[in-house]
Amino acid sequence: MLELLLFAVPAGLVILGALIVIFAKNPVHNSMGLVLTLASLAIIYITLNATFVAMVQMLVYAGAVMTLFLFVIMMIGVDKPEQTREEIKGQTLLVSGTLFILIGLVSFIVVNSGFKWDLYFPAVEYSLEGTPDLIAASLFTEWVLPFEIISLLLIVATAAAIALAYDTKVRKPK
Amino acid sequence: MIEVSTDWYLTLAAILFSIGFLGMMIRKNALIMFMCIELMLNSVNLTFITASKHFGTIEGQISVFFVLVVAAAEVVVGLAIIVSIFKKQSSASVDLLRTSRG
Repeated sequence: MLELLLFAVPAGLVILGALIVIFAKNPVHNSMGLVLTLASLAIIYITLNATFVAMVQMLVYAGAVMTLFLFVIMMIGVDKPEQTREEIKGQTLLVSGTLFILIGLVSFIVVNSGFKWDLYFPAVEYSLEGTPDLIAASLFTEWVLPFEIISLLLIVATAAAIALAYDTKVRKPK
Repeated sequence: MIEVSTDWYLTLAAILFSIGFLGMMIRKNALIMFMCIELMLNSVNLTFITASKHFGTIEGQISVFFVLVVAAAEVVVGLAIIVSIFKKQSSASVDLLRTSRG
């Protein structure tokens, strides 16, 4: 029973947050919905034995990335109404209608088969706790090359952000 | 007694991905579209961790770690682009963007 509760409550909050993200009008509300989704996902990660990833999710996503989002929202301004004129006639209705039909079809198939996706490989019996030492042991031995490449990517991203945001006209020396 | 199985988590990930994709299609504010990309990335992360639990291996969680870093880098560059677009046309709507036309 507890297991079901620990899945159902965060799952409901995840979907609620996601719906707030796409339907709220005020960008600040959108970002708060995203925070709700990310925090609830962290709870689900803990129930899935991924403790370290849940912690990183809270720190990096719900902390750093959302702060960055809010920063940009405040910079751009929240009081601008969204431009809603359609460039192609009825594009919103068309796209959401098609997606609705597709989602309905998929959920019909899923419900019809009684929530059994018939996964080819059966689940293992033992459970593996994703502790920091276990992740580090794999990350710094087997996955050390991707890890180094990721650091390169971060440097390139930082340099790109500076190059994009740097205003050469204002900062010109006299 | 209902047991929470792998299928439930996969269904949740599918729903989350669909909501993110729907938002991507119906919203025109570039910032909101970015948040929808985050939703889709998170649904993929959920799938990775579910698979990690299902197979009893650690590789899924390593993949999530990499996805997190790439997402953070993507957010930094994307928001810088949005800010520089906003400086030029004082709006974050993607429909007004005609400068990158080929």
